[in-house]
Amino acid sequence: MLTLVSPVPTRWHRIPAGRKLLGLCLFTTALLLIDRPLLLLAPLALVAALYLAEGARFARHGLRMLRPILPFLLLVGAWHLWTGDPQLGAVITLRLLIAVAAANLVTMTTRLSDMITVIERLAAPLARFGLSPRVLAMAVALMLRFIPVMSDRVARLTEAWRARAPRRAGWRIVLPATLGALDDAEQVAEALRARGGLG
Amino acid sequence: MERKLAYVALFAALIAVLTLVPAITLPLGVPITAQSLGIMLAGAVLGGRLGFLAVALYVALGLIGLPIFAGGKGGLSVLAGPTAGFILGFPIAALITGLLVESWRDAPIAIASFLGALIGAVFVLYGLGILGLMINAGMTFKAAATAMMPFLPGDLLKAGLTAILAQGLARARPQAILSRA
Repeated sequence: MLTLVSPVPTRWHRIPAGRKLLGLCLFTTALLLIDRPLLLLAPLALVAALYLAEGARFARHGLRMLRPILPFLLLVGAWHLWTGDPQLGAVITLRLLIAVAAANLVTMTTRLSDMITVIERLAAPLARFGLSPRVLAMAVALMLRFIPVMSDRVARLTEAWRARAPRRAGWRIVLPATLGALDDAEQVAEALRARGGLG
Repeated sequence: MERKLAYVALFAALIAVLTLVPAITLPLGVPITAQSLGIMLAGAVLGGRLGFLAVALYVALGLIGLPIFAGGKGGLSVLAGPTAGFILGFPIAALITGLLVESWRDAPIAIASFLGALIGAVFVLYGLGILGLMINAGMTFKAAATAMMPFLPGDLLKAGLTAILAQGLARARPQAILSRA
């Protein structure tokens, strides 16, 4: 399935997911406390070093993952230049860049199953409000299983539409796609009950 | 219980798939993804509580690294970016849309869905999105609100589409409209 996790194993893969997430929280909070651009170069160098420690190829991949936010960084920087506060602009763009790079590093080096385990552990106290970890795990599994199923269905519906009509299907695909999802949900519910339910 | 779980999980998957379908170009040339359409529908079809859970599941899996947000983005870094207010606001948008559809039981589902989507997934969501821009990008309220304006026509149209779709679904599968069950 589709994933953002780096296929090349790194030393960062071996750190437990919970610890990485906690570290990321503390790191990002610390970033918010720094309000001088020059001081921000230290965390920037730290994140760059963490990437480079795994070699140039891994670092390049990390840079590619930053590409989607670059236009936004330029926009924010330009806007603060225009309002006459380049210092604030530099702080905000650097902070965003560092925080996104650090979060990407955690995403790239943590398997989805490990993340789900952390979520289950964090959600354990919610059992008191009727959301048991088993139900949550089942919901996550069902969702992951049905993304490819529904992708296929949307692709087939779009193909069928193209065969019939010269115009693009557009939003009209959403109705049959949703009907299919509702029918699937009924069948899944029945199958769960037939296997003894969630109780 | 099994039925609610299945609806929540499958709607979360549906939103992920709708988001990844290439952008649809509406008349007037406004390009949109069907992501917010999926969120509005989750509220209108599932009601407030289940709609909230379905969208929260979608957002949670996107945040832990599934590339299911608009443009194939995903991961915790989204929280530091410009769209954080919207992403975290999605479950609340579905909640409000759903609660309004549930409470206007006498109104035809098309009208209730349109107004629900308009209030929950446009007004409230824009408020949260603007808040996110102010916090993450240091923009002023006015600048953030101005940056949002190009998206308004597309989202108003989507609230209208939600009405059409909710009515179509209610006609085809009346028992599946949990917000009116």
